[in-house]
Amino acid sequence: MSCSRMESKILGFVDGRLKEGERLEMEKHLSACAACQLRVNQFRAVNSLLDELPMIEPSLAFDVRVQARVAAEPVKQSWWAWFTPSPRVALAASMLLLATVWLGSRPPDSPLSADDIENINQNMPVLENYDVISDFGPLSELPQPVQAEDNNDANQNQNQIQN
Amino acid sequence: MLDVKAGDEQSFALLLHRYRSPLVNFLYRMVRNREQAEDLAQEVFLRVYRAREEYVPSAKFTTWLFRIATNLALNSVRDNRYQRMEISLDAPVTVDAEDGEEKMLDVAEKHPNIEQHLVEDARRKMIRRAIDKLPEKQRAAVLLHKYQELDYGEISKILNCSESALKSLLFRAYEALRVELAPLVAQHGKVG
Repeated sequence: MSCSRMESKILGFVDGRLKEGERLEMEKHLSACAACQLRVNQFRAVNSLLDELPMIEPSLAFDVRVQARVAAEPVKQSWWAWFTPSPRVALAASMLLLATVWLGSRPPDSPLSADDIENINQNMPVLENYDVISDFGPLSELPQPVQAEDNNDANQNQNQIQN
Repeated sequence: MLDVKAGDEQSFALLLHRYRSPLVNFLYRMVRNREQAEDLAQEVFLRVYRAREEYVPSAKFTTWLFRIATNLALNSVRDNRYQRMEISLDAPVTVDAEDGEEKMLDVAEKHPNIEQHLVEDARRKMIRRAIDKLPEKQRAAVLLHKYQELDYGEISKILNCSESALKSLLFRAYEALRVELAPLVAQHGKVG
């Protein structure tokens, strides 16, 4: 390995990120090259110096500020959300469906009781006669009944006929 | 993240808890301002939340998360650079408030010896400045490699470059750090 090829591998060698084969190749080169050995030592020193910088802690209010900014974000709704029913609408729709099914499965309401129907069956001949009489044509040809005030005139006419 | 996508708010709280510290630290080291780093980290989480429905687990979640963070940080660093250029060059030099904050947090309790305290503080400032001097992309590569311990594949996806380009980027960054930190590196060699 030449010194120029070291450039891409020296840092990986310093922080132990090289593959086994590359590491062995580097070690072989370093054993024969004092300049590269010095560079490796200096990079190790830089690496170690960088460790001396302290960490800082975020302020106590940091989380609160982030959460507040997140809470202030407008609720984003896609056009697809329009198709998604709200819980209230879904509840109302299901109640309506249940009511429809229940009403559809009920037997039809009848205004007549069983006794009424029995009574009708027994009186059926009379009712049939009533139907015939109520629609009996010759009866419609009879004169209309006269009023009470006209009774005198009718009696006079009768007397004239008898005389 | 898939639970967050499914609308589980508690999973988002878990994500927040798990990644807030690595994110804030990464962003702090990128932009060198604590308040700005927290603002950017909030923005990262907000973008994750907004994009939850479109999230496809084609890559690791950390890759996606740090890609958002890196893009925000790089934009912020560029904006800050232009803002700084607009500020008058004769503005009074002030003590870096961020340095003071770290000093109080980490050093005071551990090292009662003031001299040792001052030496370590000077070392830290030197290391920080060396990182700050790196070009933004090199800085992001070093931070993701060193502090987030992401592998080359992940970092190359985050920085949108090939793995070989990333290795070259990291080598140049470490070379620059080696030169910038030469006195400390020499000390380290003697101690080692």
